[in-house]
Amino acid sequence: MPQLLLELFSEEIPARMQAQAARDLERMAKDALTGAGLAFESLRTFAGPRRLTLAVEGLPLAQEDRVEERKGPRANAPDQALQGFLRSTGLTRDQLVERDGVLFASIARPGQPTPVIVAEMVEAIVRAFPWPKSMRWGSGSLRWVRPLQRILCVFDGKTVPFEIEGIASGDLSEGHRFMGEDRAPFAAHSFDAYAQGLAGHFVVLDVAERRRRILDGARAACAAKGLELVEDEGLLDEVSGLAEWPAPILGDMDPDFLDLPPEVIRTSMRTHQKYFAVRDPKVAGRLAPHFLVVANIEASDGGALVAAGNARVLSARLNDARFFWDEDRKVSLESRLERLKGVTFHAKLGTMAERVERITVLAQEIAPLVGADPKLAAIAARLAKADLATGMVGEFPELQGIMGGYYARMEPFRHVSTAELREAEPDGSEDPLSSTDQLQLTQTGRAGGTWYEGLDRGQVDAVADAVRDHYRPAGPNDAVPTAPASVAVALADKLDTLVGFFAVDEKPTGSKDPYALRRAALGVIRIVVEAGYRVPLKSVLVAHDERTSPAGGPRVRVIHGGACKEVQDLLAFFADRLKVLLRDQGKRHDLVDAVFALGDDDLVRIVARVEALDAFLSTEDGANLLAGYRRAVNILKAETKKNPDESYTGAVDPARLVLSQEKALAEAVAKARGVLDREVAAENFAGAMTALAALRKPVDDFFDKVLVNDPEQAVRLNRLRLLSQVRDAAGQVADFSLITG
Amino acid sequence: MSVVQPSPGPLSFQDLILRLHSYWSERGCLILQPHDVEVGAGTLHPATVLRALGPKPWRAAYVQPSRRPADGRYGENPNRLQHYYQYQVILKPNPADMQDLYLGSLRAIGLDPALHDIRFVEDDWENPTVGAWGLGWEVWCDGMEVSQYTYFQQVGGLDVDPVAGELTYGLERLAMYVQGVDNVYDLKFNAAGVTYGEVFLENEREQSAANFHGYDVAMLKRHFEDMEVEVASLLAQTGPQGQPLVLPAYDRVLKASHLFNLMDARGAIAVAERQSYIGRIRDLCKACAVAWVGLEERV
Repeated sequence: MPQLLLELFSEEIPARMQAQAARDLERMAKDALTGAGLAFESLRTFAGPRRLTLAVEGLPLAQEDRVEERKGPRANAPDQALQGFLRSTGLTRDQLVERDGVLFASIARPGQPTPVIVAEMVEAIVRAFPWPKSMRWGSGSLRWVRPLQRILCVFDGKTVPFEIEGIASGDLSEGHRFMGEDRAPFAAHSFDAYAQGLAGHFVVLDVAERRRRILDGARAACAAKGLELVEDEGLLDEVSGLAEWPAPILGDMDPDFLDLPPEVIRTSMRTHQKYFAVRDPKVAGRLAPHFLVVANIEASDGGALVAAGNARVLSARLNDARFFWDEDRKVSLESRLERLKGVTFHAKLGTMAERVERITVLAQEIAPLVGADPKLAAIAARLAKADLATGMVGEFPELQGIMGGYYARMEPFRHVSTAELREAEPDGSEDPLSSTDQLQLTQTGRAGGTWYEGLDRGQVDAVADAVRDHYRPAGPNDAVPTAPASVAVALADKLDTLVGFFAVDEKPTGSKDPYALRRAALGVIRIVVEAGYRVPLKSVLVAHDERTSPAGGPRVRVIHGGACKEVQDLLAFFADRLKVLLRDQGKRHDLVDAVFALGDDDLVRIVARVEALDAFLSTEDGANLLAGYRRAVNILKAETKKNPDESYTGAVDPARLVLSQEKALAEAVAKARGVLDREVAAENFAGAMTALAALRKPVDDFFDKVLVNDPEQAVRLNRLRLLSQVRDAAGQVADFSLITG
Repeated sequence: MSVVQPSPGPLSFQDLILRLHSYWSERGCLILQPHDVEVGAGTLHPATVLRALGPKPWRAAYVQPSRRPADGRYGENPNRLQHYYQYQVILKPNPADMQDLYLGSLRAIGLDPALHDIRFVEDDWENPTVGAWGLGWEVWCDGMEVSQYTYFQQVGGLDVDPVAGELTYGLERLAMYVQGVDNVYDLKFNAAGVTYGEVFLENEREQSAANFHGYDVAMLKRHFEDMEVEVASLLAQTGPQGQPLVLPAYDRVLKASHLFNLMDARGAIAVAERQSYIGRIRDLCKACAVAWVGLEERV
């Protein structure tokens, strides 16, 4: 069966756009072919630095002939309508068919040859391709991601002729820009010839193959020197889109740079140079003085010039980094706080310095709830954002927190020379200060007035860890901080962000969440729930929201005027996030709703209730009790509607209980409510569920034998009161009316 | 008389410029001289910003001294300068083989793509102060950015049509690479061994000091505001021959932009004010661009 081959050959396509482009091409081609009624056996797309390729196998030579039936006017319609229909179909009256009093025209549509459809399809795809950013070039008006140079379009071995704004289709492709003797375009009339032609002209078509070559080559180059590649999926994706003929080369780095923090070296390599870092498996956790670059050529000198050139560029980069590292440490973190006064956090939420003030108060408040020393939490919170004003974070924003952690850890030792520090580091670990406890912390005299005055080594570390980790978790796969001071600052940081942005009405909508508020809320939930911290979220939020200290203090409320509605919105937002989290863990979201409706704001308790409820409802007792609960509620609702003046609250009168089943239920409810009060107060939700389970049989028996609407009004009212107590008993555990499953 | 032989070994700084001049001259570019107002980048020369606009074809190449006051390091950093040179090529409309022409220029200065790893890495260029943007790449040679390559889409907020292709070579960096030198001040300026440092080190020391401490911020601010007023005033005038005063107005925009950079280097611009300053310069530039296009279309 015939085959279609299409190549859109352009100047270099940004690496980050290639994978999506291959998916878009696949989708658009499938839609177009299917829409035209052309079946095919398989359809594949490829994307690389200079080309998008489509290969479709098993297409027919032409569309099937089709007969299209069109509905016309009624047979008894005025002649004008009939004439119009005849004109539009090009038929005569006697060619129409009448069915149920309506006229139909059958119009024969001869199938179009596939190349005609392909030509139209390609033009439509090129003109509508959803590049994230596209451009014009030369004097034309066509848009593509970068200038489109050439279109190869071959069907069944022959060129499909068409032209799009001066670019004529053909049967030519071309290979690597620089490699090989013969770099002239070559003709290809089938996918096999095309793939072979590319391979012979130093182009690896398939990105999976490029990835494999890079990874295998990089690992081998490292292994040959007894080293290990620091693998990095994101970087691998990117470099796979930057080379048509990827050639991994191991280069040397001046070992003197290894005294820089490894994060700095890796970030510098990755963001500026797209190099992989390399480690020495013999020294745990330590980088090796090498880098791995993926070139786009196998150079005729074996890559010696390429490796040497890249090494020089890296040296210049790391020299820059070292400049920042040295300069940054000359200035105390505290003195940088001044600079944060000039940094706007958000137009409506004041400066970064004001934010630091708020976080500091909040962290101090949260500290006792998470077992942290309020003093340490406050110190760490005050320093947490200071690194935003350092040169290193200015250069590498992704190192925020990490640099602050290093600088805080080192600051008390600023008077100690690097040489002394190195001597104090016999284990050769990466952190040049890992063994500084062997040195005496700065004398109190020298520390006077500093943040570390009076702190011991462990406390300095706790502060530094909190500064380093307070942005965490960075994503669903990142671990949450667990050290108490770190937890206090991490929570304060996120809660301040949430309160602030909700207060100024910058809530996430749909897919838009520019301030990553969903991630912040999820971070709070994970930190609290994973460690089981008891944080009354609502009162913490209200207190933070209502802080009013016009004299330069926390100013959220001052900026936007009061805000309790925001706190309600925010709690609902937390409920939504928790739902997502629990749903991902396989819990039903309606159970979260049912528990949240009780107005509890303690995430740990909420999760415990949801889990107990989930377990209960999956038992037979639970399912039946839910059914009984619903029946009770429905009766109560119906009666309230009929008799709006009646109320069913109030005690059940034992004297008016007639049947044994209602007596049994009244007894069971009274007993269960007592147990429920106890168990809920003790947060033994499994016990509470057991108490509810005890109601199942009496409830079932009640509905079996007892008619609620007794003709005698007092008996009826008493029974309704009993049902209302059943509802309230269940309501002590969750709002069962919100359970949908 | 002996014929001048190409000097053995890598090109000196000035020979590098001469090679690029002759290469682009042979390809139909006017070889222009630098613009005589301080600018932060070669793009800001009226031969690029203004000539990119309007329908007329245009091909030019020139060296432009560029000033980035905040990058001053008192002559103590081997890679950073507050005054350096860009080599700028503008081709409008961009020819279909512009990438090949560019690669030819690298060969002309001794960078052989069979031995060096030349890569076109996505870089969407944008200059908010002149309301300009384009798509293109950083060109990397063995991991070093040696050029910016841009297809201008808009300048001064106006569509660039036909599209102009712009090439910017960082001359010092390129020369350092070609000569295998790690410190810019060690560059051979000419074949006789005069170094870049002999020519420019003192300038870096003095200008860095002036940029970071010497200028009077209040005066810079006043000058900025004066320039702002003058742009509007010039654009409102017409000369005795009926000519608009677009080019003088644009020079004042450049002055304003440089004054902004000086204030910025002093840390005198609060983060909150930054956007507003940039917006003011962009508005001035846009006014010039609109006036220029009007002129181009009339002539």
